Amino acid sequence: MMHQFLLAGFGGQGVMLMGKILAYAGMKENKQVMYIPSYGSEMRGGTANCSVILSEEEIDAPVVSRPTGLVAMNTPSLDKFESCVSENGLIILNSSLIVREPVREDINIIKVPASDIAKELGNERIVNMVLLGALISVTNCLKVESVMESLKEILPPHRHDLLPLNQKAIEKAMNYIK
Amino acid sequence: MAKKILMKGSEAIAEAAVLNGCRYFFGYPITPQNEIPEYLSKRLPEVQGTFLQAESEVSAIYMVLGAGAAGARVMTSSSSPGISLKQEGISYMAGAEVPCVIVNIMRGGPGLGAIQGAQPDYWQATRGGGHGDYRLLVLAPATVQEAVDLTYQAFDLADKYRNPVMILGDGILAQIMEPVELPEASKQLPEKAWTVGKNENRQRNVVSSSYPKVDELEKVNIRLHERYDQIKKNEVRWDSYLTDDAEYVVVAYGSAARIAKAAIKMARAEGIKVGLLRPISVWPFPIEPFQKIITQTKFFLSFEMSTGQMIDDVRLAIGNERPVYHYGRLGGVIPLPEELLAKIKELIKEVQ
Repeated sequence: MMHQFLLAGFGGQGVMLMGKILAYAGMKENKQVMYIPSYGSEMRGGTANCSVILSEEEIDAPVVSRPTGLVAMNTPSLDKFESCVSENGLIILNSSLIVREPVREDINIIKVPASDIAKELGNERIVNMVLLGALISVTNCLKVESVMESLKEILPPHRHDLLPLNQKAIEKAMNYIK
Repeated sequence: MAKKILMKGSEAIAEAAVLNGCRYFFGYPITPQNEIPEYLSKRLPEVQGTFLQAESEVSAIYMVLGAGAAGARVMTSSSSPGISLKQEGISYMAGAEVPCVIVNIMRGGPGLGAIQGAQPDYWQATRGGGHGDYRLLVLAPATVQEAVDLTYQAFDLADKYRNPVMILGDGILAQIMEPVELPEASKQLPEKAWTVGKNENRQRNVVSSSYPKVDELEKVNIRLHERYDQIKKNEVRWDSYLTDDAEYVVVAYGSAARIAKAAIKMARAEGIKVGLLRPISVWPFPIEPFQKIITQTKFFLSFEMSTGQMIDDVRLAIGNERPVYHYGRLGGVIPLPEELLAKIKELIKEVQ
């Protein structure tokens, strides 16, 4: 199985961190992994996206053109990437911000009110962790334990006070999916 | 087995350099390789090294020359336009026989171009790049792990041959993150009796590329040429994938080779017998592996993120024996495996 995820939102929503955690956790599970940031003349407040490949087999092409899963954190991300999701693929969308319905009918659509869940937990900035929890819950691509451990290893020590909140966000999303 | 860590290509190159004794870095910022200087600006002081951001690429390369002539393991890195600016100093180092490692993370060109990964500097890298009759040893990694291994080796090779070595990567390799195993830090560096500094054992040497007497300079040229022959004999590196029974062979290096491999897997799934020949040293270019598969191969396809530069070397390797085609995307557009597969199928139809 080769998971090819495209994570997209606007700058500041934590798309890159979400991608790094996925790749890091995949590595911990001895999977083949690759993290590919989108690269261009980016600016603050603009759109941001990155791709992560998790695979049992060797990863060749360093490019994700037909993602098996898209995490869309805002409407522009859905507009831009909905069409490239592979057949029978998956879109997890942040339904707190995305009001329109996806057009595609051949894919699995999971709506998560991620910004609202984050707000309920007291910090809207953990919206990325909510969607990360939803992604691992829907796809079973990684064990939740390795994601939690990765979070601890990736976050710098002076941010470790935020670990419980991040973990809670992941758990809450997983329960939401169940 | 060493522990795997997740690293960005550019940072992995920087760490590999430090692990093999690089203690000096001189450079000037340019995307998409800024993580190399960023990493080293933090890392080199930790190992009592020096990171210096020069006022220009030209200054930086002459600082590299100075440190190299003094015997230090030294590196600079840049991207296409910055590498062009360094060419005079690179030629001086080839002439003065000063070892160093130069990293070119290629981007779309010509001119200022664009910051996305591309492969338009193959000719520049493999033909010397600056003025004069010289060559660089040029290594082109395809994965982050290979970038670590080749950068590490590059310092030994530069010292062994007293010649600049270039790591030829691209914006894709520099920006992706992959798990890597880092090698052990080198413990002993080679003695260098030729360096400028004098000590209790010897007098001061002169390290220069200036030879005003023509007969002397001719001798230098001959000596360099003989050294390049040694490099051609000893340092050819390449990899292949499913070439044993291949009727068609894609030739690609660096990131393009990974895209090619994905396309070849798709083709094989459809029963098309395609293989991949991947030069790892692009200078010296691997000639022998081509000659081994020439009779079984109906055509060669040089797949490059340029309008076709390595294709010249492919043609030199096989002569007029078989047709050689080119496919690639340009200016930082990343070609997809599906596109290459379509091109392979189109060419198969054409030759039948």
